[in-house]
Parts: sequence; C-alpha cells; structure tokens
Amino acid sequence: MNEWLYVALFIVVGLIIPIGAIAAGFIFGPKKPNPIKETTYECGIETVGDTWVQFKAQYYIFALVFLVFDVEAVFLFPWAVKIGQLGLYAVVEGIIFITILIVGLMYAWRKGMLEWA
Amino acid sequence: MTGEQIIFLITAGFTLGSGFMVVTTRNLVHAALWLVSTLFGVAVLYALMNANFIAVVQVVVYIGAIAILFIFAVMLTRKDLRENTPQINKNWWAGALLAALVFAGLVFLLQGWSGFSKTGSALPSDFDAVGMLGEALVSPNAYVLPFEVASVLLLAALVGAVYVAFNKK
Amino acid sequence: MNFWNDPLKIAADWMEGIFVGWGMDAVLAHVLVAFLGVFLLIAILMVVDIFLVWVERKVVARFQDRLGPNRLGPFGLIQPFADIIKLIIKEDTTPGGADKVVYNLAPILSMMSVLILWAVVPIAPVMLGVDLNVGVLFLIAAGAIGTLSIIMAGWSSNNKFALIGGFRQVAVMVAFEVPMLTMLLVPTIFASSMNMNDIIQGQGNLWYFALSPLGALIFLVAAIAELGRAPFDLAEGESELVSGFNIEYSGMKFGMFYAGELLHAMTFGGIWAILFFGGYRFFGLEQVSPFLAIPIFLFKALIGYWIIMWVRYTMMRIRIDQMLVFNWVFLTPLSFVLLMVTALMNALLKDASLWIYGLGMFLSNVVVGWIALEIARSVSRKQRESVEGPKNLAEAPH
Repeated sequence: MNEWLYVALFIVVGLIIPIGAIAAGFIFGPKKPNPIKETTYECGIETVGDTWVQFKAQYYIFALVFLVFDVEAVFLFPWAVKIGQLGLYAVVEGIIFITILIVGLMYAWRKGMLEWA
Repeated sequence: MTGEQIIFLITAGFTLGSGFMVVTTRNLVHAALWLVSTLFGVAVLYALMNANFIAVVQVVVYIGAIAILFIFAVMLTRKDLRENTPQINKNWWAGALLAALVFAGLVFLLQGWSGFSKTGSALPSDFDAVGMLGEALVSPNAYVLPFEVASVLLLAALVGAVYVAFNKK
Repeated sequence: MNFWNDPLKIAADWMEGIFVGWGMDAVLAHVLVAFLGVFLLIAILMVVDIFLVWVERKVVARFQDRLGPNRLGPFGLIQPFADIIKLIIKEDTTPGGADKVVYNLAPILSMMSVLILWAVVPIAPVMLGVDLNVGVLFLIAAGAIGTLSIIMAGWSSNNKFALIGGFRQVAVMVAFEVPMLTMLLVPTIFASSMNMNDIIQGQGNLWYFALSPLGALIFLVAAIAELGRAPFDLAEGESELVSGFNIEYSGMKFGMFYAGELLHAMTFGGIWAILFFGGYRFFGLEQVSPFLAIPIFLFKALIGYWIIMWVRYTMMRIRIDQMLVFNWVFLTPLSFVLLMVTALMNALLKDASLWIYGLGMFLSNVVVGWIALEIARSVSRKQRESVEGPKNLAEAPH
C-alpha cells in the first residue's frame, strides 16, 4: 500500500483535532459580538488609514534570494544521498555547484543587496 | 474503479477547480492562496505516482518559496491597481477556444501512444529513485553538465535580483 | 515477536482481526486501524502539549528566580487544565473587516503543520508513522505549511501590527530555512539516506554530534529562528507589535497558536536529538524493548527543548536587519563551507578507521568554526571602529 496514505491520515487527523478544539471553544464560549468589540486593536488610539500598507521591496528581494538557495539545496539532496558510494569526482562536482552560488552570494553582498536599507 | 482512481479523480478535480479560482477571484491574496491549493493538488498527484522526492520538493519549493514570493509581491502592489482593472479583455473567447484546441490536440496525439490506456505496474520494493537521481546528476554519462548549468542558471537569477534591487533605489 | 518487543504490531493485528471478523473488508480494516493509531498518537501528543504549558511556565519561573504555578494541585500540575478551561469558555471574537475563511483556517493549519511532523519522527525502533525515504525533506515541507499559516493569520486579521509581525516572521523563517536545509544535508551525507530511521541506525557507533558539532549548532540556531522564539521572536515582539501575527485571536484559536508553538519547540528538540544525538539510541538499551526506547527519546527531546528554552529566556530580541544580515552574510556562507568540507572529508576518510574518521570530522568542524569566528570578530571590530573611531591609546585611563 502507498505510504502516502499514512501521511494523508496524519493530515486528516491533524486537521480534525484543532477543528474539534476550536469547535469546543465555539460551543462553550459566550457569543455577544458588537461593533465596538470588533474594532481593530491599535495601541490605545483609533485606527487610521488602510491596513494594507505598502511593504518594503526588501522583503521581495530576500524572498527571491531565498528561492535561489532553496532550489539549490533541493538539487543537493540526491547528491548527498549518493556521494558516500561514488568517488571523489562526485564530491568535486557538488563543490563546484555550491561554489558558483557562493560567488553569487558574495556578489550580492558586495553590491549591498543583503543589507536592510 | 479502484481506490487509487477515485483519489486521482478527486485530486484532479480539486486541482482544476483551484486553478480556476486563481484566475477568477478578484482578491489577489485569495488568488495566491488558491494557487497554493492548486500546487498542493499537484503534489498529491506526484505522491499517487510514488514519486516521493518530487512530491516533497513540490511542497518545499512551490508552497514554501514561490507562493511566499507571490504574496510578498502582491503586498508591494498599489490598491487601485488591484481593484479597478478588468479581469478579462474582449478576446477571452479566442483564448478559451485555443486552450480547448490545444487540449484536444494533446489527447489526440497521446491516443496514438501505446502507454495511453495501460495501467502502470507496481515498482519493485528496492527501487531507490532518489539514489538513482543522485547518481545520474553527477555521472559524466548522464546529467553532470545540466547539473552544473543549473547552478549557473540560479546564479543568473541571483544577479537578476541584484539588478532589480538596484533599479528600485 | 511478542508483545514486549513490538506492542503496536500485535495490537494492530488483533484489532484488524476483530474488524475482519465483523465482516469488514480487509483493506478498509487496515485503514481504519491505521487511522485509530494515528488518532491515538496525536491525542497523546495533545496531552503532552498540555503539560508542556506547565513545563514552560515552571522553567521560565526558575530562570527568573520565581516559583511559577504552584497553587493548583501538586507543583501546580493542574494549572494547565485550568488554562484550557479558560481558553474554551472565552468569547471567540472576530475583528471587523477580517477575512473570515482565511482567519479561521490559519490556526488550524498552524497546529496541523506541527502535528504532521510526527508522521516521520521515529519514537522507537518499531514505532514510526511512515517510513518515508524523503523524511528529512518532509520536515521542511511541513514547515512550509506553518510559514503559510503565519502569513494567512497576519494578513486576514485586518490589523497593521498583525500584518507587520507576520511579514517579519515569514522573512526570518524563509531566510533561516537555507542554513537549516544545508545542515539537514550533513546527516544525509553521513547516513547516505534521507530516511529518519536510517539516520538513527547510522549513529550506532558514533553520534553525528561528535562528527559535526558545528552542524548541530547551526541547525539549533536555524531551528530557533524557524520556531520564532527569542532571540528571533519578531512575530510577537510584545513591546513593539503587542503580540504580532496573533494579536486579534482569542479563545481557543489563540490557544492553537500557543499550543502549536510549544509542541513545535518540543518537536524540534526531538528532531535535533534524532539528527545529531542518536534519537532513541542509548548504548543498545533501545533494542531491549520499545518501552525503554520511548522514554530515552522523550528524555533527549526534552533536553533539546530545555536548551531552546534556555536560549529564549537568556537572550534579548535582535532587530530584523541584524537578524537577516547575520543569516545571509554569516550563517548561510558558513553552512555552505561546512557542507563542502564535510563532503570532502567524507570522501577522503571513507576507508579510514572509525577513530580517524571521527577525529578528522571533528577537527575539521572545529577549524571551520574557529576561522568563521575569527573573520566575524575582525569584521565587527572594523565596524565598531568606523563608528566610534580607533581606540586612542594616549587617552587610556590612568
């Protein structure tokens, strides 16, 4: 039988239990909503302006850098599983692979992209 | 119908429905979240085919990185851009027709293929897909060049990100 | 095989026999028994989670020279149950303008992302949910869903603080995922497998901590950032963002975030123990019976959890710019260098005896760590001098 069936069971039970807990809170808790209670909390004064503030572009840049290294690590996992059985050439190939990306990281750093400014 | 087929049909329907919601919903963050469920559906399809590594990578890279990137990008946009532009233009019917034609063409082509109506045989229990992939990635007779070129491609993406960042400043 | 060696298998076979005896389909009976087993495991985890509330409060009290909860029951052990009752009977408010579906989904996904981690965590030689051959990557995949739940909670609450907290936390989580992924590669190289059970089996002679102490340290730092605990607790940031991404949650929905965080911390203690400290292994005792292996694993997991708490209550919060620069400029390159050194040493010392192999690995780790610290020290000295000027020896105190 497919082992993902068990993972699916974990996902299903992992959803049921928090839903059950929140449902218990829903059943036993009081429900008296009113507009003043539902106002947004903000440090003792009334909310000003739209919630959807525009964010720094830096978040996007960091996410982009992350994506590059995420994909890189994913490539390295099959390599890491097999290098114990393969010769030195496989290790050297992996090291070349990583070094190329470290050069990219150094370049981004020298250009000041990794700073929060 | 076997249990596997039922699960496949449910997942495929879920994936397709989510994909439809991605392009029709007005709220951009909702669209990104529907995209997440589409990508998750694809991961389930991979898992159904016993492609464990690809299924997990699908979640790690697409949900863990690309969906987050999309949400960050949505938060950078301006509000009037989000709400006041039409979702479809007057050529929508041509696009729909073209998509239907491509789909029909694919089905027509695949019908000539001998594997089209076969059910896959079970994998041997000692089938080590990840190890074989790892070996193929570094073997000079297989994919060592694409493997290293992938690194250069990622480097290009990084340099491109640097360029985008400098355009902003 | 008797009950003492493999209790779960015996119990499962017995129950399956009963269900089949009732005329149930064999496959369906198997799935039903598996479902009950998963349900039992997760229910036990939730009970453990309730006690973790007590553990956390008691330990923080000790770190701060207080007594902690001690009124309700012996040592205050009943206190967490009172907390649960309080959470259940609190009103569940939804802020106006919130995105209701996403808002309600976020705490559920947050808890789920922690619970499914236990699908691949082996708690005893014969007890694990799924013997997945990509177990190590599965951990990261589950973490991706947790990241998503934080962004969903922050965005849907219609609150600026929640949004800012959620975004900062996600930026930190994705950043520290890179060193974490890289350090997951180190046990993968040693064990030649991504399977969690194989990684434990590979530590029969030597814990991977002895082979890669620096790797274990980097993994711990990345794990703390992934958990969003101090010194990386930007998402909450009580003093700036009041409570961050979960500011608008109340009652049991807040409880899910809170309990999820505690269980996540304990789970990461366990994963740390599996990857670097041999998991349920302890001088062959685990072979005697799973009834011995489970307490060993739990003990190691709690030690990892205790170290995470120790860091939390000792360090102060770091600013987000410092945190991200620390990750991208120091931790990420260091983890890549360590990975390359480990792969190279592994290939060179492959045929050497265990002692030479272990010593070579250990020494290479120490050298890499020492060089990294020296570079960091000289860079930070330069930065300091550029701010306050070089030290003038003539003005030294008399």
